[in-house]
This record gives sequence, structure tokens and C-alpha cells, in this order.
Amino acid sequence: MSETASDTRITAEITRIPLHHPHMRNWWLLFGLSLLLLGCFFVAAGALFLNGVGMWGNNIPVNWGLAISHYVWFLGIGHAGTLISALLLITNAHWRNSLNRFAEAMTLFAVVCAGLYPILHLGRPWLFYWMAPYPNTMTLYPQFKSPLSWDFFAVLTYLTVSLLFWYIGIVPDLASVRDRAKTRRAQVLYGLAALGWRGSGRHWARWQQAYRLTAAIAVPLVVSVHSEISLLFAAGPIPGWTSTVFPAYFVMGAAFSGFAVVLMIAVTLRHALSLRDIVTERHLDLLARFLLATGLMTAYGYVYEVFDALYGGEKQDLATLHDRFTGLYAYSYWGAVIFNFVPLQLLWFRGIRARPAVLFLIATSVVVGMWYERYMLLMTALYRDYLVSSWGEYHASLWEWLLFAGMIGVFLAPFLLFVRFLPVISAFEVKEALRETGDLRHA
Amino acid sequence: MAQIFTASADTRLRAAALLGVVALVMALVVLGGYADSSYATLVGWVEHQPVPFSHQHHVGELGIDCRYCHAAAETGAHAGLPSTFTCMTCHSQVWTGAPMLAPVRASLASGKPLEWQRVARLPDYVYFDHSIHLSRGVPCVTCHGRVDRMPLMSRAQPFQMQWCLDCHRNPAPHLRPPAEITRMDWSNWDEEPGIHAVYGELMTKVYGIEPAKLTQCNICHR
Ligand code: HEC
Ligand code: HEC
Ligand code: HEC
Ligand code: HEC
Ligand code: HEC
Repeated sequence: MSETASDTRITAEITRIPLHHPHMRNWWLLFGLSLLLLGCFFVAAGALFLNGVGMWGNNIPVNWGLAISHYVWFLGIGHAGTLISALLLITNAHWRNSLNRFAEAMTLFAVVCAGLYPILHLGRPWLFYWMAPYPNTMTLYPQFKSPLSWDFFAVLTYLTVSLLFWYIGIVPDLASVRDRAKTRRAQVLYGLAALGWRGSGRHWARWQQAYRLTAAIAVPLVVSVHSEISLLFAAGPIPGWTSTVFPAYFVMGAAFSGFAVVLMIAVTLRHALSLRDIVTERHLDLLARFLLATGLMTAYGYVYEVFDALYGGEKQDLATLHDRFTGLYAYSYWGAVIFNFVPLQLLWFRGIRARPAVLFLIATSVVVGMWYERYMLLMTALYRDYLVSSWGEYHASLWEWLLFAGMIGVFLAPFLLFVRFLPVISAFEVKEALRETGDLRHA
Repeated sequence: MAQIFTASADTRLRAAALLGVVALVMALVVLGGYADSSYATLVGWVEHQPVPFSHQHHVGELGIDCRYCHAAAETGAHAGLPSTFTCMTCHSQVWTGAPMLAPVRASLASGKPLEWQRVARLPDYVYFDHSIHLSRGVPCVTCHGRVDRMPLMSRAQPFQMQWCLDCHRNPAPHLRPPAEITRMDWSNWDEEPGIHAVYGELMTKVYGIEPAKLTQCNICHR
């Protein structure tokens, strides 16, 4: 394959970012902010290590509180990255190539945030390795009937596969950056990270195999991991958590929130890194359509849940439904419905889908709405279960909010480093798509 | 521009990756070894005691019964440590002026008990009871080792959960006649397999010991 002019342009455009970042001032500003948030994380987690979960608001009956609702939220966001990268790779949808790299990175960091939550939620976080089956002096094995064990395996598997997938994907581009790097240090560092990639025919053949294989492993994980999350609810004898729609509902919600975040990132990066030629309006349009579609499927989940309770007619399920509409946490139900589905309807219009700023706002609204949904699912079910004697309220403490702010930092800081130092877009795949279809805009 | 990576760079990268894997495996092995090492379990380590009390001397040579000093062993959860008066039953007569025993005399005069450093101790979330073990005939030596050969007291068994469970799963071979629980040397027990081979099995039935129950978490974590 000989490099054509447009090839060179694309490689140059993408690889210039790690080497000469276009907007260093803004980047530093954002990075400073994310370091501040990261600081919050260390303060909140440090205080938690010293004082235990007692400093949080969760207690019987609402043991899970913000920690677990954020866990579900973050993990859900992560799923869109895998969907975009792996599913669309396997289905040969080439337009993904402008989006997959940063979507995968988003997945990776979202999964890290998600994984931290159940660990911090343990009474003694430093003993988290007890969740792994290993020979120990207590001759204990993890309880495989426990959702905690499922979480452990789900998150670990997902993290490993996401990391592998992202890294395998980025290797050829790291080599491009290496070849263009000017300083010796950059050459050595990128060179090491590129694992000696020379782009020979054999390299490419192996790479194809590895990449497609990991993709094939990753796709079912999206479904299984978030189904696991939903079954972790169903494992508890709690009214409102037993609907059979749960797995599908959770997976769709996950994709929905994830697409929203991908859209937010796409709009931001496109603007900040001047990538208008690569992340085109067509991409934003497609993302918006995906958002609309997954949003409607999620809405179906809402309708079905209500139907399920009414049709089943269980007294307690009806009571929970009633609590959702009018109870103490009704704001989270209506918050979810309004933020998720009302602005979303604008996406029916082509004109709206072509306006990045509006898309950004709609996506933000969805992210907020999905946050409410995760919160609502936990609170409205847990605070009133079958036994009146175990009713109680939950109010998150300031520490939990601080930890949440910190977790955003845990997400943003490495993501910004990624944006600064690594090729955010898969240059060679964009080129490939270009060659096969002639023009990106109509890919 | 000079080449940054020589032709052997790939090989060296692979070697480094291999080394990383080896290091990881080694680290796991070391960690596993540590968990069972006497450094972690404290087996065989002595504590600095206010008086260098020798079980070897008092038990092995003088032949004093454990229960003379650990009186509550058969009746209570804790065997208990002897009071200063217990020492003084003899040391008001023998070795009365020994400088080694000065803290004992000071304790008697002031009424402040000696502060022994514990060596055989469980974390406080574990429930243990001597009386049940002794009434079923588990001898002291099974858990505390050859105390009569210890110039200074040290832990003889790891006291890990694993160790408790190993016996609770199959206590029969450890059972002895309850009248002889303080006996230290059982080497001739197995020399009479005819009588003794079935003793444990038999007594397990007599006492109605059910290993399945003995391994339930709430037996030891209440
Ligand atoms: C089944 C095993 C077992 C047997 C048999 C046993 N012990 Fe113990 N012993 C222990 C354990 C375990 C501890 C630690 C208890 C704790 O810290 O709560 C202990 C602690 C002690 C202590 C420290 C003080 C206390 O009571 O906590 C003394 C003294 C003691 N044992 C003496 C004896 C004597 C004497 C006998 C025999 C008559 C005996 N033990 C039999 C397991 C045993
Ligand atoms: C039944 C009698 C008796 C009791 C009870 C007794 N001892 Fe002794 N102890 C002796 C005798 C006998 C000697 C050895 C005298 C000799 O060697 O001449 C001795 C020696 C000692 C020694 C000298 C060092 C050594 O080990 O040779 C110390 C220290 C000691 N005892 C401490 C204690 C303490 C502490 C207590 C109380 C927990 C205690 N003894 C209880 C009889 C007793
Ligand atoms: C003369 C008194 C005396 C006699 C007899 C005696 N002990 Fe002790 N024992 C002590 C004293 C004093 C201590 C505390 C000092 C120490 O740990 O050495 C102690 C400590 C122990 C401990 C360690 C407890 C701990 O947690 O620190 C064990 C176990 C023990 N004895 C077992 C026995 C056994 C088993 C026998 C019988 C074979 C026995 N003792 C006989 C006085 C005695
Ligand atoms: C050498 C054998 C042996 C060892 C070691 C042993 N046990 Fe036991 N344990 C027994 C026997 C035998 C019984 C009596 C069971 C019965 O009568 O039902 C018993 C009973 C008990 C009971 C009372 C059970 C009940 O029904 O309430 C407790 C508690 C207990 N053991 C705790 C422990 C702990 C904790 C350890 C470890 C530190 C331990 N045991 C180590 C043999 C052992
Ligand atoms: C025969 C007694 C016994 C039984 C039965 C038992 N344990 Fe334990 N357990 C112990 C002892 C003794 C320790 C302390 C071990 C140590 O200090 O290394 C322990 C420690 C533990 C610890 C470590 C606590 C910590 O903070 O380090 C856990 C967890 C535990 N047990 C869980 C269980 C579970 C779950 C079960 C039921 C399947 C169980 N145990 C049954 C005796 C028992």
C-alpha cells in the first residue's frame, strides 16, 4: 500500500496531537480541574479508609446508596465504547473508525471508576482481594451465590478485555507517532509502547486476527456484564427488582447513557482539537440516531416495568410503583423520565442533529437522567421492602458526594492524559475506511 | 537520523515481558510462603516476659500439672493465667531471695498482677472455649505443643482458621481420655492400635460430635 496524499494528511492530523497539542492552555485548564477533582477522590477515599463506611449515609435498609448506584451508572457508560468499537467492527460499519479509539478509552476509564465503587463500599476495602478465589489460611472460597462475587468477575473480565482491545487497537498508531516524534525521549517511549510494530504484512495479519478475536469476546460481554448487574438486583428479595425485563432494560439503559457520553466527548474533542474533517457531522448525526434508538428502547423498559407491576398485581410491587410515582424519592423517578426522554425527542429532527451544541446539551440531559434512573431503581425499592419494621430513609452524606466528584476526576484525569499523549483517533482505520469508500462523509 | 532501536530490541522486549511474568509468579509464591511462615503465624516466637518463667522447669522437671496454674481450663472459656499468689505458694519457700523473682515479690507487695505478654492468642472476633475441648478429651499438647520442653513459652500451632477447621472436620484422631488431657507425651498411644485405633471413632459417636456442624461459621464467629 502506498501512502496517498489524503492518507498522509490524516496521519499527520491525528499524530500531530500527541506531539504538538493544539490547545495547550485549555488542556492545562481542564487538566488542572481534573487534578483538583482527583484530589477530592484521595481525600474522600482516605477519610473512608480511616473511618469506615459509617461516615456515609447508607445503612439498613438502604445499604447500597450512592456507591452502588454510581457503580451501575459508570459501568453502563462504559458499555457504549465496547458497542461502538467491537460490535461495529464485527458488523463492518466503517464510520465507527473516527469514534472508536476515544470511545474505548472512555470505556476503560469508566470501568475503572465503576470497579472502584464496590471496593470502596466494602467495610474493609484493603481486603478486596478476598473476592478472588485463591488458596488461603481461612480455607474460604468466595461465595459464588453472592452478587459481590459476580461483580468481581464481571468487572475484572470487562476491564481486562477492554484494556486489551484498546491497546491492540492503538499499537499501529503508536508506531506512527513514534515515526514522527522529534525528540529522542518521545521516540523511545512511543517506540516501547508500540511493541516494535513495523507494519509488515505478517504484523497486519496477526493484528487483524487479534483485534477481531478480542472484539468477538468483547461484544457478548456488554450484554452479560450489564445483565449481571441487573440480576444482582434480582438476587435480592426486594419488591420492584424482580421484573423479567431487567437484563434487557439495564443493557439498553447502559448503551443509552454510554452513547450520550460518547456524543459529549465527540462534540468536545471535535471542537477542541479541530477534528472537523475526521469527526464529521455525519458521525454526530449517526450517534444522535443511536442515542434516540437506545433511548426509546430504554423508555420501553420503563413502560414495561409499570405494566409488569400492574399485570402481576403483587401488592408489594404495586406499593413500590406507587412509591416511585409519589413517594419520598419520586423526584428521582420523574427526574429520570424527564431528563432522559423529553429533550431526547428533539433528535427526531435532522436540523437538531446537525447542531453540535444542542446535541451536547441533550446528551448531558441523558447522562443526568440516567443518573436519576440508577438512583431511583435503588432507593425506591430499598427504602420500603416487605417488612414495615425495616423501612427507613437514605440521605447521602457529603462524603459520598465528595467521592462522586473525586470519581469524575478519576475518569477525567487519565482521559485527558490520553487526549494529550496518545492518538485519540484511529488514523490507520480512518484511512482504511477512506480507501474502501472514497469519502468519509458518505462512509 | 540514527536508529533508536537496534535489531535485538524485540528480543529484549520479550525477555523483559517474560521477566515480568516470572517476577509476578515469584511474588505470588513469596506471598503464599509468607502467609504460612512462622513470621506471620508467630509459631515458635517468644515474647519478652516480666519474669522468665520456664514451663520446662515447672512442668517438665517439677511435674506440676497445668491446671495448678491454669485452673479454669476445664470449666471456662479461658484457661486463665496464674495469680501471683499461685507462684508464691512455692516461692515463699523456695528461691525466696532470687533476683529473677523480684517482680513476683513486688507484685505481691503492691497487689498489682504481673503483666504477662500473651503468645497464644486469637483475634477477638473468634470465639474459643477451652472447656468443651477438654471435656471431649483434646489434650493441651495438641494445641499448645510440648510445653514441658519450652524454657520460654511460644506458640506451637499457627492458630489460623485453617488449623481449627482441619481438626473440626475430623476430630476423631485427636481425641484422648479426658482424664489425661494434661499429659504431654502420647508417643505410646499408637503403639496399641488394637484398643486405640477405634477410640476416637467410638467417642465421636458417644459424644455425638457432628463435624458438619463444627465447621459452620457461627460456631467460632458468634
Ligand atoms: C483445641 C485446642 C486447645 C486445647 C486442647 C487447649 N488450648 Fe489453650 N488455648 C487454645 C487457644 C486457641 C487459645 C487462645 C484463646 C484466645 O486467645 O481466646 C488458648 C489459650 C490458652 C491460654 C492463654 C489464656 C487463655 O485462656 O486465653 C492458656 C493458659 C491455655 N490456653 C492453656 C491451656 C491448657 C492448660 C490446656 C490443657 C488443659 C489447653 N490450653 C488446651 C487452644 C487450646
Ligand atoms: C509448685 C511449686 C512452684 C510454683 C507454684 C511455682 N514455682 Fe517457680 N520454681 C519452683 C522450683 C522448685 C524452682 C526451682 C528451684 C531450684 O532450681 O532450686 C522454681 C524456679 C523458678 C524460677 C527460676 C528460674 C528457673 O526457671 O529455673 C523462676 C523465674 C520461677 N520459678 C518463677 C515462677 C513463677 C512466675 C511462678 C508463678 C506463675 C512460679 N515460679 C510458680 C517451684 C514453683
Ligand atoms: C507453675 C505454673 C504453671 C504451670 C504448671 C503451667 N503454666 Fe502455663 N503459664 C504459666 C504462666 C505464668 C504463663 C504466662 C507466662 C508465659 O507465657 O510464659 C503461662 C502461659 C501459658 C501459655 C501461653 C498463654 C498465652 O497466650 O500467652 C500456655 C499455652 C500455657 N501456659 C500452657 C500450659 C500447659 C499446657 C501447661 C501444662 C502442661 C502449663 N501451661 C502449666 C504458668 C504455668
Ligand atoms: C484437635 C482438634 C480441635 C482443634 C484444633 C480445635 N477444635 Fe474446636 N472442637 C473440637 C472438638 C472435638 C469439639 C467438640 C465438639 C462437640 O462436642 O460437639 C470442639 C468444639 C468447639 C467449639 C464448641 C462447639 C459448639 O458446639 O458450640 C468451639 C467454639 C470451637 N471448638 C472452636 C475452636 C476454635 C476457634 C479452634 C481454633 C482456634 C478450634 N476449635 C480448634 C476439636 C478441635
Ligand atoms: C473452627 C473455628 C472456625 C470456624 C468454624 C470458622 N472460622 Fe473463620 N476464623 C477462625 C479463626 C481462628 C480465625 C482467625 C485466623 C487468624 O487470625 O489468622 C478466623 C478468621 C476468619 C476470617 C478473617 C477475619 C479477618 O478479619 O481477618 C474470616 C473472613 C472468617 N474467619 C470467615 C469465616 C467463615 C465465612 C466461616 C464459615 C464458612 C468461618 N470463618 C468459620 C475460626 C473459625
